[in-house]
Amino acid sequence: MNIHAISAIYRFEMNRMWRTMGQSIVSPVISTSLYFIVFGAAIGQQMGAIDGVSYGAFLVPGLVMLSLLTQSVSNAAFGIYFPKFTGTIYEILSAPVSAFEIVLGYVGAAATKSLILGIIIMLTATLFVDLKIAHPFWMLFFLVLTAMTFSLLGFIIGIWADGFDQLQIVPLLIITPLTFLGGSFYSIKMLPEFWQTVTLANPVLYLVSGFRWSFYEISDVSPQISIAMILVFLGICTGIVYWIFKTGYRIKS
Amino acid sequence: MTDNADILIDIKNITKKYDNGFTALDDVNLQIKKGEIIALLGPNGAGKTTLISTVCGIITPTSGTISVGGLDTIKDYRDTRKMIGLVPQELTTDAFETVFDTVSFTRGLFGKPRNPAVIEKILKDLSLWDKKDNKLRELSGGMKRRVLIAKALSHEPDILFLDEPTAGVDVELRKDMWNVMRKLSQTGVTIILTTHYIEEAEEMADRIGVISKGRILLVEQTSELMRKLGHKEMLIEISEPLSALPASLSDFDLTLSDDRKLITYSYNASHEHPGITRLLKALIDADIRTTDISTKQSSLEDIFVNLVRDAA
Repeated sequence: MNIHAISAIYRFEMNRMWRTMGQSIVSPVISTSLYFIVFGAAIGQQMGAIDGVSYGAFLVPGLVMLSLLTQSVSNAAFGIYFPKFTGTIYEILSAPVSAFEIVLGYVGAAATKSLILGIIIMLTATLFVDLKIAHPFWMLFFLVLTAMTFSLLGFIIGIWADGFDQLQIVPLLIITPLTFLGGSFYSIKMLPEFWQTVTLANPVLYLVSGFRWSFYEISDVSPQISIAMILVFLGICTGIVYWIFKTGYRIKS
Repeated sequence: MTDNADILIDIKNITKKYDNGFTALDDVNLQIKKGEIIALLGPNGAGKTTLISTVCGIITPTSGTISVGGLDTIKDYRDTRKMIGLVPQELTTDAFETVFDTVSFTRGLFGKPRNPAVIEKILKDLSLWDKKDNKLRELSGGMKRRVLIAKALSHEPDILFLDEPTAGVDVELRKDMWNVMRKLSQTGVTIILTTHYIEEAEEMADRIGVISKGRILLVEQTSELMRKLGHKEMLIEISEPLSALPASLSDFDLTLSDDRKLITYSYNASHEHPGITRLLKALIDADIRTTDISTKQSSLEDIFVNLVRDAA
């Protein structure tokens, strides 16, 4: 195991985050605060509690997930796409590092960033609502595994992407809509029955539902299913990354 | 070849075919000796970069094997890659990292613990120390090239690949780069450089490998190649056709053309006594009248162009 390489990549990526502090941390915090102000404080006043949880508090897990998903994907995608774009990836490819170590460095750093972000958003949320966490272990479980899974997904997108536009496409056209439609801001029980069924096909639903359960013990699907689903997603992404390195897809000829 | 103990890199039957059918390397065999400077000389698109990328692990060969220090570059990639430093052709650097950080990063990537003293020495040797806190985007092209060399040396490799180190570099900088290479070579680092400048290969290399269209056409000691270059021909046109060369001229390396009106004398211009005066005197003595005399030299350029043309 080339520990020095993992740590070099990890530190390189984390340095990039500190350098781009505004973009990485400040802007998600600001946008989350805006959500709280608009949906929680302004509109939320007009809405009844959902399963006994005030709408403002109900929002928190959804907002954390929204940032976690989009930031994990874009951080990891950018992290690996950029060396591909500038050509500095030659160094990674010629170094005595295994695929596993490369992924650990890049995905580990991207996931760490998302986790820091998730925690900052939760802390921000306490300024607006009364936050309680019923199952801290499972809360962290969902937080960590979601960050990892979607950082892996971002890594895959970064390898696949041929241009900066493609880098934006997946987060913008897939992740954001799925998150909005996956019960981040509402319980799917509010939807007509047909749309409830459709929503069950949305993977993000399981993440949001499970994560929210760890806070308030209310969920759209049972937490066991959520736990199983997050592990399935993690497995799928790991499998794809394994395949990428095995075939050298878009990184090596 | 020399005995095997000297062989540091052994490239055997390496072929690289791309999915689109293009053959970038065609059954390449090359042995590189410990401590030497070898130049891979060839036109653009000859396969120089592909070859060194294959040794470095960036490209997977279609067939063939490469061993470095007796270890297989695929099976034992961790050990072989630690021995190698690569300076790419393109000036690919991060923009916002500092010189010191980027060199330290490479050292870590190659599995070595942080060691600011080593980095300091490398940067000082490359006259980069006063730039250590500069961001890479603030550096000139020549400085960036030095940074890439520093990165390649950061893990103290035994072998250094330099891909077109002086392409698009002005004369001053090229000389500068040559001095850097010489200094490195003196420390015992084996250097493989690719170039399409014959002058550079002559100037720097102990041996020269000529590569074209994915094939190694010849590998020769530079001095041997230069000796061949010393080879000249004197073309002597004569007024009356000769039926045969007279016996009095048998001491000289002469050939008579088919139309019997041209004598070609092969000699070595680097020789102290090329025998020109003696030959001319012998011609006069034999009563052979000359109408014109010219000489021609086969340059490395000629050899190169011929080799490349023959291979086509």
